[in-house]
Amino acid sequence: MTAKKIGVAILFIVGAGIAYAETPSSLIAGYTAEASRATPGFAPSAERGQSVFMRKWGVSKTMPSCATCHNDQPTAEGKHVVTSKRIAPLSPAVNQKRFTDLAKVEKWFGRNCKEVVGRECSAAEKADFIQFVSKGSQI
Amino acid sequence: MKTFIAILLIALSSSALADGRKLAVPDNPLWQTECGSCHMAYPPQLLTAANWRQMMKGLDSHFGANATLDAKEGVEILAFLERYAARDQRYSANTQRITDTAWFQREHRELSNSVWTHAKVKSRANCTACHVTAERGDWSEHSIRMPDGRRWE
Ligand code: HEC
Ligand code: HEC
Ligand code: HEC
Repeated sequence: MTAKKIGVAILFIVGAGIAYAETPSSLIAGYTAEASRATPGFAPSAERGQSVFMRKWGVSKTMPSCATCHNDQPTAEGKHVVTSKRIAPLSPAVNQKRFTDLAKVEKWFGRNCKEVVGRECSAAEKADFIQFVSKGSQI
Repeated sequence: MKTFIAILLIALSSSALADGRKLAVPDNPLWQTECGSCHMAYPPQLLTAANWRQMMKGLDSHFGANATLDAKEGVEILAFLERYAARDQRYSANTQRITDTAWFQREHRELSNSVWTHAKVKSRANCTACHVTAERGDWSEHSIRMPDGRRWE
């Protein structure tokens, strides 16, 4: 390979990296690996993810569940319960921007889990959650 | 005479701000993303630098929401807010709510109480319920649509 070709190839990889640093599956894989350390043999489950999503955690009166803002159907548009601002669908099945940026995903799991669940979500819960919303429909 | 002109200029410039055409800011993707995800990114000109500083200190309990940022993002955004912040105390509120400032109250004094509780509005802070083009920087009066669909005449 000539130096020029290598340069182009590197550029291409770097460019692709900026657009989509992660994918929903690479994020699920990362959280699964982390969860497996505590629970050997852990496998992500869309069913458990749905219950993280739908459960009324009883922590916040205004924001009882994830679905309060993200809609019961993760493929549909949501609405912020306090400000009424529209929230684009959470499901990567219809919104390709979702779950492509680890820093963004961690920021929002951090904020939303503390508000709704009352604590950080575990790596296992995060893997389950992404598995569920990626499916694109309720089970 | 010079003082008179100065006063006149100040009066003119503050009413020009009130007419909503001076609320534009240069593009700032970080501010737009981080402060525009739960609600519209409110114009920095509508609170004082002291108000913004106070707000940025307590993002973990931000009007009932958790809006924490990492330290670097926080510093960058605060610098931007301070740069375009209001200097006039009519844009100050110790609650850090734009909707509690003397300017806001005066500008909206002709609105009836029932309009604020309308299902399509719910909160005074829901600016875009009426200022439907505000996210494009257009706050002008002729772009206002009241929740019943009518224009503001
Ligand atoms: C009070 C409203 C609200 C609630 C309740 C809520 N979210 Fe969110 N969530 C948001 C907003 C606002 C965003 C960011 C806006 C956007 O990206 O469209 C967001 C974004 C996210 C993202 C980022 C996804 C991406 O890649 O873009 C994740 C992950 C997330 N939320 C998970 C959760 C989980 C898990 C729960 C429940 C424990 C939850 N949310 C509950 C408002 C909420
Ligand atoms: C219920 C509808 C409604 C909401 C919500 C609302 N406004 Fe207004 N706003 C109006 C109306 C109507 C006027 C014109 C009042 C008049 O001329 O007497 C106005 C005037 C203004 C003006 C002056 C426009 C001009 O060109 O003269 C600005 C700026 C403004 N509002 C900003 C805001 C901000 C910022 C928010 C949110 C924090 C907000 N408004 C929320 C209805 C609303
Ligand atoms: C996690 C969601 C979230 C994020 C992120 C967020 N806010 Fe807020 N903000 C809220 C909520 C909820 C309110 C209360 C809205 C209401 O009362 O209708 C609010 C209210 C405000 C108000 C007062 C509005 C008024 O006049 O009543 C200002 C000003 C404000 N936010 C600025 C900011 C700034 C600056 C940032 C970025 C550093 C930011 N917000 C990020 C959720 C958020």
